[in-house]
This record gives sequence, structure tokens and C-alpha cells, in this order.
Amino acid sequence: MAGSKTFQKPSEKGYYGEFGGAFIPEMLFSNVEQLRTRYLEIITEPEFLKEFDLLLKDYAGRPTPLYFASRLSDKYGTRIFLKREDLCHTGAHKINNTIGQILLAQKLGKKRIIAETGAGQHGVATATVCALKGLECIVYMGEKDIQRQAPNVARMKMLGATVIPATSGSKTLKDATNEAIRDWINHPIDTHYIIGSVVGPHPYPDMVARFQSIISAELKWQLKEKTGNNNPNAVIACVGGGSNAAGSFYHFLDELQVQLIAVEAAGEGIESGKSAATTSLGTKGILHGSRSLVMQTNDGQVVEPHSISAGLDYPGIGPLHAHLFVTGRASFYSATDTEALNAAFLLAKREGIIPALESAHALAILEKIKFAKDDNVVICLSGRGDKDLETYMKAMEGVKPNA
Amino acid sequence: MSRIKELFVKKKQNVLNVYFTAGYPALNDTLPILKALQDAGADMVELGMPYSDPLADGPVIQSSSARALANGMTILKLFDQLKNFRKEIHLPVLLMGYMNPILQYGFENFCRDASEAGIDGLILPDLPVYEFENEFAKLIRKYNLDFIFLVTPETEEMRIRKLDEQSSGFLYAVSSSSTTGKNATLNQQENYFNKLRSMELKNPVMIGFGIKDKSSFSKACSFANGAIIGTAFINILENASLKEIPVRIRDFINCLK
Repeated sequence: MAGSKTFQKPSEKGYYGEFGGAFIPEMLFSNVEQLRTRYLEIITEPEFLKEFDLLLKDYAGRPTPLYFASRLSDKYGTRIFLKREDLCHTGAHKINNTIGQILLAQKLGKKRIIAETGAGQHGVATATVCALKGLECIVYMGEKDIQRQAPNVARMKMLGATVIPATSGSKTLKDATNEAIRDWINHPIDTHYIIGSVVGPHPYPDMVARFQSIISAELKWQLKEKTGNNNPNAVIACVGGGSNAAGSFYHFLDELQVQLIAVEAAGEGIESGKSAATTSLGTKGILHGSRSLVMQTNDGQVVEPHSISAGLDYPGIGPLHAHLFVTGRASFYSATDTEALNAAFLLAKREGIIPALESAHALAILEKIKFAKDDNVVICLSGRGDKDLETYMKAMEGVKPNA
Repeated sequence: MSRIKELFVKKKQNVLNVYFTAGYPALNDTLPILKALQDAGADMVELGMPYSDPLADGPVIQSSSARALANGMTILKLFDQLKNFRKEIHLPVLLMGYMNPILQYGFENFCRDASEAGIDGLILPDLPVYEFENEFAKLIRKYNLDFIFLVTPETEEMRIRKLDEQSSGFLYAVSSSSTTGKNATLNQQENYFNKLRSMELKNPVMIGFGIKDKSSFSKACSFANGAIIGTAFINILENASLKEIPVRIRDFINCLK
């Protein structure tokens, strides 16, 4: 509810307003219950925090810079800051969460790690921390995504992970998530499932949001240094499941004067039938264990989404974001495949930064929202564009973007 | 007394519950399969409502669901098919499915329509007991539907008691921690089954997951009141024409006994 005390924390049973919960089969209960009863105690232990902070600093390369993008600011007539998550080890914000979860998995005595991945960023981040800690790593990835994200597949393999293609349904992120959940059902004792976004049954949305909240924790002091104020006027982030948005928004959620802007993938257009804009197209439902907004048919079958960006190609959003949407705490926009491509090329030419296609959706919103001249606007540049070079090359050759 | 309870009063051993996906292999096969199962001597039927993302199911049931959906199966269509089925079918029939399509249909409307059609109970694997008690139990009970919870080898004794207390009809003992269609080794789970038996539960116990033939069926029945067969049954329906269905089903059931 808009009047409730905090947007940050879900209820004990994992509800953000009417969204969240843990709709899981009994076969997952012991695993999820172990996490639910222990995660808060473990991740707030001084010893855990010490190792987490050290790895974020020395291994992942934090704090990531907050960069004042002057040429981009000139173009849009406002003050634009880029939070450079693209400079994290492995190329995106995903490593913040996987470092946290691998440490948690070790505390829980788990020996085997599974993960799902869309663009491959979370898969790479998971394979990386498994190599770091010497744990077995199995990554489920949609067959279609394996084809369009070949460099990340190679990275995961080089890091020692086994990549298993998900061949059901749309063969993308949703199906990889289904397969990972099935694997977890079949391995109830020794396996920890590192979910990569703020989705899934409670406590995942809260746990992942907490691990990603380092983004906005840094923003607070970095903004103070650069602008004299802890709070910006607006924070903009792309949303697939919504982990970089959750991390970028987290410490501003209850600072109601900060405008929070979430950008979903419109694909070929919201009305085109090839879209992933969940808040425009979705209705209330249950996906991957939590109540949220879900793109589905009238009969409750989950529909296959589309986006040029594999990381945003998901038919739901995390329950926190569904709550932010229905309460109006965050404004939700969308950007099409073409708008995202244009924004990526613009950033490359104006600032010398090649963004991930996911992050390019957040940048694209600058064409749609006019900010005041003195506004401080933070955009989470969640990942770098190396993995998307093939798509960018095709775009340069004038080939119609085709995922 | 519900049809399911009546069944277990009459028959305490070797109860055979067969799962199949509504709308598979062809859209209008639901009733002919029910009829053939009754004629062949099944004791109870679990009718699966197809879903795009059936997390607790293995690849065979998932692909039968995908096929049923491609055939045009919906909950609305299923209730239409079941309109007069009680004229012919006297077996207890449960609906098995996932929460999302039911929420879209409207949970209370669903319970009402299921009850009116003559359905006896529900198995909804992704409705956990906390949410059940909190919000849904009253609607399920209002329409006199039985509700069956699952227990697994990892389920602790106190929780088994809780799930048994909240269940009516029977308790579904998942043979191993797995999705449907995995090859279970029932012998390895002997301690678990014996524990269930020694707990003197309120409900009869049916064992499911990995039951595929005569030997696994009788093994499961030696530990519980009966067993549930799904994947192996879906396999024999593959590409069956309407004509072949009764024969294949009769042969399959005969082989179990």
C-alpha cells in the first residue's frame, strides 16, 4: 500500500502489498524454508559482511564509478550521471548478487550450484563465483539464448560450468528458470539455486534486492560528493525481472521525493504481439513461485515474450516492482528494440561507452521524458555491450534487428 | 461422505489412481479416456489441467500439456466436456493443476464449477499449506471438495502431521524428491514409507512419482493404500486414435494387476 511504512521490506511471508509469497511445490519446501529461516541471520553476520565487502571491493571492482556524462547531458539538456555497473568484473551488476549467494550457499553447506540465465550475464557471474569457491556449477539457458549469446556461453564453459540448454516453450529465460527449478526439486539436499533476479519464491526477491542494494548505497555517497545532495531527482533502470532496478532504487524507495523510473522492453512494440512489457501487457498471476504481474492468456497460460535483449525477455517482473507499479511509487515506461539500439549507438558515439542492450533500454527513455536543466538524473548502466556485438554489427549493416 | 472417502472405506489396498492430461492426445479424448479407465478397472482418476509452466512435472507430462494446449484445451472447455460426465462415470475424479490458470478463472468460480460438474477433489502442487489456510481453504471447503497435499522424503514429521490434518481424501506421498516421471527406487525409500505408516495418519496414503509397471505398483502398494501412475500412462496414450484408446488402456491396466 502507498501509505505503508516501507517499500523496501516485504512481510515475513514475503509479500510486498499483494505481491510475492512462496507458491512452491512441497518438493521445494525444505530448501526454500531453510533459506527463509536463515538468510537474514547469515547475511547480517559481521563475518559474512566482512567477506562480502572484501570480495565486492577486491574481486568485483567496487565501488563502481558514478560518471557525469557531460556530452549526453548537453544533448538532453539535463544533468545525467551513469552508474557504471558495466565496469564490474564479468561485465554487469549480476556479480553483486552471485558473490552474496555463493557465500550464503557455503554457510548452508551446499556443494552444487545451479542457475538460470537469459543474456548469460548471470550465468557468467555464477560460473565465476563457483570457480572462485571451487563449487560445481550447472547453468540452464534457453536454447535460443545460447545461440544469440555465444560469447557468454563460451565464458561459462571456460570457467568450468556445465551449460544445459532449456528446450521447452519459448526456449528463453522463462524456460531456463523452469528447468533450474526442476533440477532443484530433483536435488533437495546438496544444491543451492542462485536465482539471478528479484523473482522467485520468498526469500529470493528480498535476498537478491539486498545483495544488489550496494548500487544505491554507493549512489548515496557518490551523489553527495558530486552534487552535494544524497538524493538525485530521478533514478532510471531497465527491468526484466528487475534486479538492477531493485538495487538502484533500494535506498531511495522510501525517499518519496526521488522519482523512480523503470523501463521495460517493448520489443517490436507493445501492441505488436512481440513484446516483454509486463506492466503494460500483464495481469495478476503467479510465475516462478510468487504472485506478481504476468504476461498471460485469458486462460492463464504464460505467454512467450519477445525482446532484442535476452536479459529483458521475461514474461513477469519481481513482486517488489509489481508493488511499485500498482502503488505508483515507480513510473513504468518501455522502449522498443529499435529505440534501444539507437540509444546504444548514441552512447557509444557521445560518451565512448558501449552499453549492454538491456541498459540501452534505460538510456532510450531520455528521448521520452524531459527533465529540467538542473535535475540530477542517474541511469543505471547495468552491463557492457561486448556480449551484444553481433546484434550491433547487424544493426550497422542495416539488418533489421531480429532476436 | 465424499466419493474418495467412500472408495477408501470399500477398498483399503491396491487402490489404483491414474493421471492423465485433459485434452491429450486429442481435445475431445477426455471423456473416452475416463470411460475406458473405469471399464478397465481403475479406482480413481487424476485429471490434469494443462499449464504452460508445470514445474512439478517431468518432460513427458509437460509435453502432453503442451500438446493439450495446442489442441485448444482450457479450463472452460474442460468443464464443458465434464458437464454430464457423472451420468456415466462413478469413479472419484480429482483435478490436478497449477494455481495461475485457476486464479485467472477465478478461484471461487473454479471451485463452484468443479463441484457442480461432479469433481471430488483438487491437487494443486504449487498451493502451499500456508497460503491454503490463509486464503483458499474456506472456498475449497465451501464447495465440498477434497484437497490433497503432497509429502516428500524431506518432509519433517511435524509438517507431515500438519499436511495430513489439512488434507482430506488421501495424502499424496511423493516417492522420492523429484519431478514426475523419474525412475524412483522405492526400496531406498523404505524408511520413509515405514515412517508414514507408523504415524497412523488420518488419511489413507497413496504413493506417486516413478510408479510405472506391475512391479513398482505392487511394491508401492505394499507400503501404502495404493499408488498413482501418470507418466507411464501418458506414454501409452501417445498417438492413440479414439478407437485404440480403450484397448490400450485395458491392456495397460491388466498388466498392473
